[in-house]
Amino acid sequence: MAIAKPTEATRVAKTGWLGRLSDQLWRSPRLLLVLLLLPPIAWLGIVYLGSLFALLIQSFFSIDEFSGLINYKFTLKTYGELFIPANFDIIVRTASMAAIVTLAAIAIAFPIAFFAARYAKGRWKAIFYLGVMLPLWSSYLVKVYAWKLILAKEGILNWGLETLHLSWLLDAWLSLSVIGGNSLSVSYTGTFLVFLYVWLPFMILPIQAALERVPGNYLEASSDLGARPMQTLRTIILPLALPGIIAGSIFTFSLTLGDYIIPQIIGSSRLFIGQAVYAHQGTAGNIPLAAAFSVVPVIIMGFYLWGAKRQGAFDAL
Amino acid sequence: MHKQHLNIVGAAIASALISQTAFANKITELGSGEGQVNIVAWPGYIERGETDPNFDWVTGFEDKTGCKVQVKTANTSDEMVALMNEGGFDLVTASGDASLRLIAGKRVQEVNIDLVPSWSDVDDRLKNAPWHTVNDKHYGVPYMWGPNVLMYSTEVFKEAPTSWNVVFEPMTLPDGKSNEGRVQAYDGPIHVADAANYLMATQPELGIESPYELNADQYKAALDLLRQQRKLVSRYWHDAFIQMDDFTNEGVVASGSWPFQVNILQSKGAKVASTIPKEGATGWSDTTMMHADAENPNCAYMWMEHTLSSNLMSDLSVWFGANPGVPAACTDGRGMQTAEGCTKNGMDDFEKINFWTTPVSKCASQNNECVPYYRWVSDYIGVIGGR
Repeated sequence: MAIAKPTEATRVAKTGWLGRLSDQLWRSPRLLLVLLLLPPIAWLGIVYLGSLFALLIQSFFSIDEFSGLINYKFTLKTYGELFIPANFDIIVRTASMAAIVTLAAIAIAFPIAFFAARYAKGRWKAIFYLGVMLPLWSSYLVKVYAWKLILAKEGILNWGLETLHLSWLLDAWLSLSVIGGNSLSVSYTGTFLVFLYVWLPFMILPIQAALERVPGNYLEASSDLGARPMQTLRTIILPLALPGIIAGSIFTFSLTLGDYIIPQIIGSSRLFIGQAVYAHQGTAGNIPLAAAFSVVPVIIMGFYLWGAKRQGAFDAL
Repeated sequence: MHKQHLNIVGAAIASALISQTAFANKITELGSGEGQVNIVAWPGYIERGETDPNFDWVTGFEDKTGCKVQVKTANTSDEMVALMNEGGFDLVTASGDASLRLIAGKRVQEVNIDLVPSWSDVDDRLKNAPWHTVNDKHYGVPYMWGPNVLMYSTEVFKEAPTSWNVVFEPMTLPDGKSNEGRVQAYDGPIHVADAANYLMATQPELGIESPYELNADQYKAALDLLRQQRKLVSRYWHDAFIQMDDFTNEGVVASGSWPFQVNILQSKGAKVASTIPKEGATGWSDTTMMHADAENPNCAYMWMEHTLSSNLMSDLSVWFGANPGVPAACTDGRGMQTAEGCTKNGMDDFEKINFWTTPVSKCASQNNECVPYYRWVSDYIGVIGGR
């Protein structure tokens, strides 16, 4: 008699089709699981990976030299074209820029993040966060155009240097080959500065997060044991902050690899990978070469992550 | 126009959707309006007074015909082709590089010019233009056109430069300084045609007949000229507003440009002017074309007639710095444009202009052995990269 009550409670069937559906799902948890997982898997599988594979397949086609029509036969010819000097230049140029921007971002971001994580307290911490995040809230394009004006031949930077009688310094820098040019805004130096400015927050924040997690007593123990400050930095702080540095460098490196707007507005008009992709599709109709170009950053990032993993950057995750 | 602002999505759709719809026969008589017309147009081409109340060529048409005008703007020719392939539109303002693709892809239908009463007013120079007339069939009604002019600083050039050599050859400019780093060129492969246009005049022995039809040797000569130009150019221009900024802040004194930039810079008091040098120039010309499966053909025909007969072209000519396809729009006071204004936009220079067409390998003037456009793209990238 006593067990009648609970069975009665479960026996009451819900009415309406929604109720029956709910009962059905309760009885077969597997079905529920499939239904819940279907949308994210469909998104990841079809929309995300599917488009990536569509891109990959395109890159194995080739364009017919004579008619300009796409030849739908699998070939590696298009990948071969990436190695002709003009195209290879673009890859080297983009990868070097991404590497230099990343190194410079680490050099600048580390002290800032260190100060924020170790010394800034209370209001100063809030000001730090605001200072780092604020540029991210304004439009990317506005920032880039503003930089164009700052770096222009008749811009504020030149004016400032002129007032300080330091124009000779800038002129000397601009007369250098490769990194120089007619003015900062048409030189690689300018492109570099803008990349550095725009991506810097993406480096500061992960490093700061990593430094916050370094326990203070490790540092005390290190100095108790007689380590000089540099030694502590090299053997304790840097290794423990490495995951943050790697995470930040993944952002700055891949963002620079893929960007096509900054080098179009600031720089010497020499193309970066993103711009090459942009130019080859469209009226040109050279979708295979555009696809092959867009596979390049994927491969570079693949090697980068593999190298980072081998360095143990993800062990702490 | 922004032919080089290519669009990845657009191109992908374009290549996926080139469908095989049967050619619709041209319409022989008009009924009453369907209540709407859908147009794909360049930004700024179809204004209803919302940007500036003085520039409105839509509401009058809507009141008169009851056809509600709905505009979808496209930033590149590729976007236009993609939108037309998708369907759902009645008309498009196609440039010379899109129009032939649309005709070849059977996305537009023949226009019965008997149903467009003002056809007779169309500029005789445009009536049978090859970018909309194929096998004597008209696939559209001319819209607006304009030259790619040579813009120059009047502070440096007291008299207008007479040749494009100021942007192609290293030289000392009238102010005694070199032109190195002070000239610009267009950051699009079509600029190869500007080089070819210059070579047509300076090296006639190459035998170039059209700057868009170049055989291997002529093409090589054009690229060599562009390599020489690379040494003079600090930055190639891509965006009209960046070029204006470069003229004001970057010390640029001469460059190929559009009347659009010249007019805006002059209105801001900048010391610039433009000219078409003795070698002539390249240019663009747009056509209103009708979709093969247009759902609102009657309103579409009414709009085409409206473009030719109303204040549209006259006011648009002021608004955009372009020339009307109907010359009377400059002079008869139907809108704001005047004869002087049209002259400023290059109306009298039609003969000097080689209009934009997409280079293809099958070309009449060089025994079908021309270098196609995709090679222009990859080689121009190399030239800008210093190769």
